[in-house]
Formats: sequence, structure tokens, C-alpha cells
Amino acid sequence: MTTLQILVDGFAISSLYALAAVGFTLIFGVSGVLNLAHGGIMLVAALVGWWVAGETPLGTYGGTLVGILAGLLTAYLTYFLVVRPIQRSKAIAQEEKEIFVLTGTLLWGIMIQTGMAYVFSDNPVTMRPLIPGVIAVMGVRTPINEVMIAVLCWVIIGLLWVLINRTPAGKQMLAASINPRGLTLLGFELSQIYFRVWTIYGVLAGVAGVLLASFLGVGTANAGQLTASAFSIVVLGGLGSVSGSLIAAYVVGYLETLTAYLIAPTLRPIPALILLVLVVYLRPQGLLGRR
Amino acid sequence: MADSNDRVRAAHRILASATVLALSFSIAGAAPAAEPIKIGVIGEESAVAGASITKAAQMAQDDINAHGGVLGRQVEVVIYDDHSSAADAVRAFQRAVSEDKVSAVVASYISEVALAIEPWAARLHTPWITPGAASTDISKAVHDNYATNKYTFHGWLTSAFIAQSICDFEHDMLVTSSYKVKSTVVMSEDAAWTKPLDERFLDCLPKAGVKVLDHIRFNPDTTDFTPIFNKIEGEKPDVITTGISHVGVQPTVQWHDQRVPIGMVGQSSQATTSTFWKDTNGAAEGVITASAAAPGVALTPSTIAFTDAYQKRFGASPAYDGYTTYDEIHVIANAIKAAGGTDPDKIVDAMEKTHYTGTVGTIEFYGKDDLYTHAIKYGPGLVTGVVLQWQSGKQVTVWPRDKANGKIAFPATITSPK
Repeated sequence: MTTLQILVDGFAISSLYALAAVGFTLIFGVSGVLNLAHGGIMLVAALVGWWVAGETPLGTYGGTLVGILAGLLTAYLTYFLVVRPIQRSKAIAQEEKEIFVLTGTLLWGIMIQTGMAYVFSDNPVTMRPLIPGVIAVMGVRTPINEVMIAVLCWVIIGLLWVLINRTPAGKQMLAASINPRGLTLLGFELSQIYFRVWTIYGVLAGVAGVLLASFLGVGTANAGQLTASAFSIVVLGGLGSVSGSLIAAYVVGYLETLTAYLIAPTLRPIPALILLVLVVYLRPQGLLGRR
Repeated sequence: MADSNDRVRAAHRILASATVLALSFSIAGAAPAAEPIKIGVIGEESAVAGASITKAAQMAQDDINAHGGVLGRQVEVVIYDDHSSAADAVRAFQRAVSEDKVSAVVASYISEVALAIEPWAARLHTPWITPGAASTDISKAVHDNYATNKYTFHGWLTSAFIAQSICDFEHDMLVTSSYKVKSTVVMSEDAAWTKPLDERFLDCLPKAGVKVLDHIRFNPDTTDFTPIFNKIEGEKPDVITTGISHVGVQPTVQWHDQRVPIGMVGQSSQATTSTFWKDTNGAAEGVITASAAAPGVALTPSTIAFTDAYQKRFGASPAYDGYTTYDEIHVIANAIKAAGGTDPDKIVDAMEKTHYTGTVGTIEFYGKDDLYTHAIKYGPGLVTGVVLQWQSGKQVTVWPRDKANGKIAFPATITSPK
């Protein structure tokens, strides 16, 4: 019984991790940016979605949409206010730009977190499930919402795969991640491709934020942890590797669930962190990394 | 992850202190010229319970001043935000005493914060009271080292008494009633206040006729409670006994969404404020928690007037520590009146003689020789708190029997207790 329970519960949380981490790894792959404001962006989507769902006549579905838009908007702000000015700055040496982007997005993330705590308090919020009720999955009583989240995550990841591998826009992104210089020589505008990646990222982070709010609930205090878990998954999977991140999301998700069920809920994040340390020592390129 | 979290927290703290500074400047700038008596109030603006402290303090200030102030002087509360951090709280306390020259302080609902302030109150000889912290260690330190720590007062029931009131409630309403509850699992967050709480639970629940099948403590950072509820359900208790304050919304919503069929009873601090219903989208239905007081229940003649005025001014009902803060600003004001001035030792002497009927009951403090020196006295005719249940968006008081305005009723999804 516990085995089934772990299988079912672990799948839902892992799918959500996967969705959140895919956008994160995509930006890194294409534009070399590690966005440490990631948790902040999910937070904005979750809190705005929650607020709209509760305070306006738009209801849960309207709130979900507005929340995703808010996540997208925050991603744009992150790109245009923080990342792009640093990337274009002539005052910062080229080889130092990554660390400046890292610091810039970290501080921006804290600003988002503090601002959100000021507006919404640091009490965690939860959105009403899109579909209420419970069903039995392999005999395990599971909220329908949880099943829907897992399905939705995979639909979105599937769409993303099609977009990247089967459309010209996606192929340009792929090319940008392999050889940006070659792409510019062919006459493509890199900034346009970056903008596209940030758009995709914003939507993914927004969806992940809103879904998390309706699944486990989100509070401003979680922002750091959300960034950290996306970061761990992406490092574990191999920086920039989308399929690596997907596998890593399930490794981390199931490792956490196993720990929570079999050892103690309090120790939940620890084994995944130990694994992360081991990966950094023994296989720094991650599971499927190419560097 | 820990590394990145630490960095986030470090930077957060810098921002936090800057905000406190800005806040204190703006308040200092607005102070009236006529030498008021100042009382420092340290709250946690971004937490539900912590925000009730500063709001209720402003109401007490306005009420006292409307009645002529103290010793012909106005009372002025000076408000600080400690962002739920003990270090920030100590800094705010120091600033309140040495720069803003307050005569007494009301601070925090968090036991860790209260325990950090306690030695500073001793060093700076400043009487202070915590309206919401619960750890028994706070008053134990006064008992063990009275001469040094006598400036500390504990203005809410200690964890031991909170646990006792919940045991009394379970005995009265669940064991000896048609619910026939016989067993429970204690589920509490790992924090300073729950250590003595759980100790008392494990002692008094069996005495109340409820067998404790398991005792689960979890990290307050927990976001997924599924494994915990799962484990509890497997143990088949008649009821879950909770000790939660830092967490509240998430376990409640997950408990509801996963249709955990066992009722939750205990101390769930966030459920004491009226916003909890909206925060949980109604998942709070059926949740039972101990609190200081509840809307619409006249524990004393002033309870309802205060609740209504608070609701009108701030749009939500006070959390448990809103009631106590309001009372304790009055207790301090009365002590200053009785002491004839702001000499700290005289204020302490006067506070020890407190017999004040406020919104939560009649407040007296345990003496030097009692186990919980300077903690609020628990018992009928003094302060017992109430137990309330969320029913269709309303907090219904279900215990003690003579104050109850409704009967216990669990939603249909809960099959135990039945």
C-alpha cells in the first residue's frame, strides 16, 4: 500500500518539479543565464492567481490565467530590467557577466519576495483546486486535482518538445544553444530568440507556480526553496539539458517522497541534496550534461 | 540548497533592518510634543498572528487616550516589525529602550523571539510582556532567576496550559459525549513552544481518556503533508490532536483536499483569525482550535465591543494575541498608574498585583514561588481560553460549555469522530 502511495504521490510532485525546472534549464541552455529569481516568478504567479481567484468575479479559472500572465510579466521584467542590461553593459567584462547576472537575479528575487510578503503577508496561500474531489488511483485515494496536474504538466512538456524540435522558431533556439555566433552569421537576431525563450520560460514558471498553489500551497517564504530545488534538479540533470532535467526531476521527486514516507517528513530534502553533492564531485556535468 | 537559502536569508535580514529603521523614523517623526508615556510594541507584520499584535496595540492606545491617558499623560505605542527574527526583535527592543525611551514593551507571538528578548529585558531593566508566545521556558526562567528576569511577563497561556485546556475540551466534548473518542495521534510542528505542549499532551490526554497512538513532530518548513496524514490514517485514531502555529493553511488545505477522514482538534493558531477561512478557501470547515476568545462570545463584558471595533477598523477579527495585546497594554498602563510613574521596578511590582478583567477573562500573574512565575493564571474565573470550530465560514465557540454558542459538527467527509 505504501509503495503504491509513494508511486502516485511521487509522480505528481515530480511532474510539477519537471515543469518548473524545464523552463529554468531552457534559459540556461539558450542564453547562459542562471535565473535565481525563479522562485520569485513562481511566487508572483501563485499569489496573483490566488488573489484574483478569491477577490474578483473571475473565479478559479480566471485566476489561473491571470496568475500565469503575472508570471510571464515578471519573467519579462526580470529579463528587461535585470538580465539584458547586464548582458549589454560595456562596463562589465565579458567573463564576469555570468556572475553579475547570478547576483542580479538573486537580488531581484529577494526584492520580489520581500515585496510580495509586504503586499500579501508571508502566510502561505492555496488556490481552490481546478477540479475538486478524490478518485482512487491503483487503490490510493488521490485528489483529482493532483492527477490533473500530472497530466497537464506532461501535456505542456510534450507541447514544448514539439515546439523545440518541430518548428523553425524552436530549431533556432536549439541552434542558439549550440552555436550562437553561427546563428547571428546566418542573419538571425539573437535578442529575438532570447525574448522567445523568456516568453516560454515565463509561461512555464507561471503555470508551475499556479499549479503548485493549488496542489501544496505557496508562501513567500518558499521562494528561496523553489529556486534551490529547480537549481538542484538542473545541476543534477546536467546544465542546459532538457531531458536531463526531466529525469532529474523524477529522481529528486521520488527520492524526497521515499524519504518523507519511509524515514521522516522532516528529512525530506536531505537525500536529494546529498545526491547533488555527490554529482558535483563525481560527475560535474550532471546526468546528461554536455559540458 | 542550504547555502542559497542562507544567502537569501542574509540579504533578507539587511533589507528587513532597513525597513525597521525607516518605519521607526516615520513613527518617531509623528510623535506629539506633550511628553507621552511610550510603550514599545514589537510585532510580525507579515504573519497573521504577529500583525494582530500591532493592530490591537493601536486600539488600546486610542482607547486609553480617549479616557484621559495615564497620570494625565497620553500613551503612545511605538511599533516595530521583527520579521519573525529573534535578532531583529532584540535590535528593536534595544532601540525601543535606548533611543525611543519606552517605559515598557509588548512583543511577539513567537517563543524563540520571546526567549531571545528575555535576557535583554533583564540587562536593560525594562518590563515587557509577550502576548502570544507559549513556551513554558519563558516563565521558568523568571522562576529560576527571579532577581534578574523579573522584568519578563508571560501574557498568554503557557504551552502546558494550552495543552491542558485541549485535554479538558477533548474530555468534556469528545470522550464523555456521543462521539466516544478513545484514541488520538499528536501532530505538532517542531518549535520551542510545542516541546512543553507535547509533553503535557502525552501526559494529560491519557488522563482525559484518550489513548495516544503516536506522536509526530514535523519541520515547520514542511510543504507536503501527504505522508504525515497518510501515516496517521494508517494508525486509525479517532481524532488528530494538533499543535501548529507557524504552519496552518497548508496542512489544513491538504487535509481537506485529500479528504482525510479524521477530524483535527488542538491548537491551530492561524485558524484563530477570521481570515483563515478565505486563506484556506473554506478547507477549514470542521477544524477545531483553542483560542483566547472568539467573535460573538462574551467572555467578559468587553470582549464583544473590542472584537466588533477591531473588525470594523481592520476588516478581520483579531487573532488570539490581538485580544491579549489589547488587554496587556491596559495592564501596563494600569501598572504605571499604580506605580505613579515609569520606574521599572515599581512597574514590575504593580504588574505582579494585576487583577484586571479584559477581553479574554480576568488577568492575574503567578507569583515568585509558583512554577510559572509571571505567566498568566489559568483556570475558571481567570483565563481558560475557548475552543472554537469553523462551521460554514464562521467561528463557533464549542467550549467551555457555559460560553459555547454552538455544537460540534463535522463535515460529511469526516467519518471520525462520529
